Amino acid sequence: MGYGDVQMIDENGNRVDGRKAGDIRPIEIELGVVPVADGSASMRWGTNYVIASVYGPMEAHPRKIQRQERAVLDVRYNMAPFSTTDRFRPGFNRRSREISKVTSDALESVVLLELYPRSKIRVEIEVICAEAGTRCVGLTAASLALADAGIPMTDMVVSVASGKINGIVVCDLNKEEDNYGAADLPMGILPNSGELVFLQMDGDLSPSEFQEAWDYNMDAALGIHKLMKEAIENKYGGGQ
Amino acid sequence: MSSSGASDGRTLAASGSLVIPGDKISSDTSDRLGHGVIKLNGELIATKLGYLVVKSGEVSITPIHTAYFPRPGDLVIGYIEGMRSNIWFIDLNAPFNAILPMSLAPMKIEYGGTRDAMDVGTTILCRVQEVDEAHSSVITMKGMGLRKVNSGFVDTIPPHLVGTISSGSNAIINQLKDASNCRIILGANGRIWVDGEPEGIRIVRDALAFVRENEHSTELADAIAGQLANGNGE
Repeated sequence: MGYGDVQMIDENGNRVDGRKAGDIRPIEIELGVVPVADGSASMRWGTNYVIASVYGPMEAHPRKIQRQERAVLDVRYNMAPFSTTDRFRPGFNRRSREISKVTSDALESVVLLELYPRSKIRVEIEVICAEAGTRCVGLTAASLALADAGIPMTDMVVSVASGKINGIVVCDLNKEEDNYGAADLPMGILPNSGELVFLQMDGDLSPSEFQEAWDYNMDAALGIHKLMKEAIENKYGGGQ
Repeated sequence: MSSSGASDGRTLAASGSLVIPGDKISSDTSDRLGHGVIKLNGELIATKLGYLVVKSGEVSITPIHTAYFPRPGDLVIGYIEGMRSNIWFIDLNAPFNAILPMSLAPMKIEYGGTRDAMDVGTTILCRVQEVDEAHSSVITMKGMGLRKVNSGFVDTIPPHLVGTISSGSNAIINQLKDASNCRIILGANGRIWVDGEPEGIRIVRDALAFVRENEHSTELADAIAGQLANGNGE
């Protein structure tokens, strides 16, 4: 039996972890988890556990990276060596560079960088436990940490992935579905405007499947945005 | 938005409510835009996490966290971070280092003698002289009380709390001075210099830690008074 033959959804539409096609994994959000950072957030998303922290705006060093008209976002995505079942070799690699780059590009779409010329905003995304979809969790947590740090943004960024398993489009793939599924479509969405700031695709989806995955992601993003607001209100709601 | 639907029927978020970046505040763009609010596609949008303030036709956000931005005239506590032959670079807890030219130093210095006068790591009490549109700032140490800080301890509070701490004619600072018998100077950049007996410094440090932990309390002055009473064993 090849990977493509692994049965991951039954005739009643139940996935291996009991979810229906459009369900996302349980999410827990906490803000201010890194006291020394200017802003931070942690997200438990299924078994994923990611901490994002933001430092700055600060003077950009080395000076050659300074931009006279705006700030630069220095995003670093990193997986802890113990975050996966096989030891993950520490340090930057091709994958973490790619994810850091796409996360930075997505966040640059919303952060008002022109308010901080010549400076740098450092975003650290640390994956403590990885199951599947860590780039989505990292991007969402980073947007929360930026808000927590008081960095001005036009919107939050919510990221979620849908994909295809056994010919059926499902939302928020878990590890088995990600490993043995046929396609994966992570998206970064601005929940208030519905705009897209990040999209990648692995595998093949037909136009109708793509539309279905798109709709799942859009719906899920609104739900996650609501959770983000609740987490922020739980932390700061009693202020004034 | 934590609450919506104000009485005037046009405001989407009520004054005092918690808003996060991207929240629609109002569809009435005739309101003046204050801190943390922008106009986007015909609507007023929050760009910061904080509490909405609608006052005298102006919509603004009191942010929960924010960076310090130097303004001319601010009394600040800085650390010397580097120097050249005729200027020092000063860390003001702001996104950008300020410069202190040799001509605005408190002592007479020969060209090239900056390091001998004030080395890296020196703490200084200074005032922001000017800030240009690219956020470059120049500070001065010429003025009454501006000097190198050679004694005491420097603690930090979030810069957005400086207004709260210094409100009511420095009520909270005066409470701390009375309770600790220390000299205290609050910089606009969130740094606080405390000098006195070790026990007094401990009282102030504990109180500032309390401020940091309870920064969103509505009755911060009363809370600190209570904390000081407990801390002193009264």
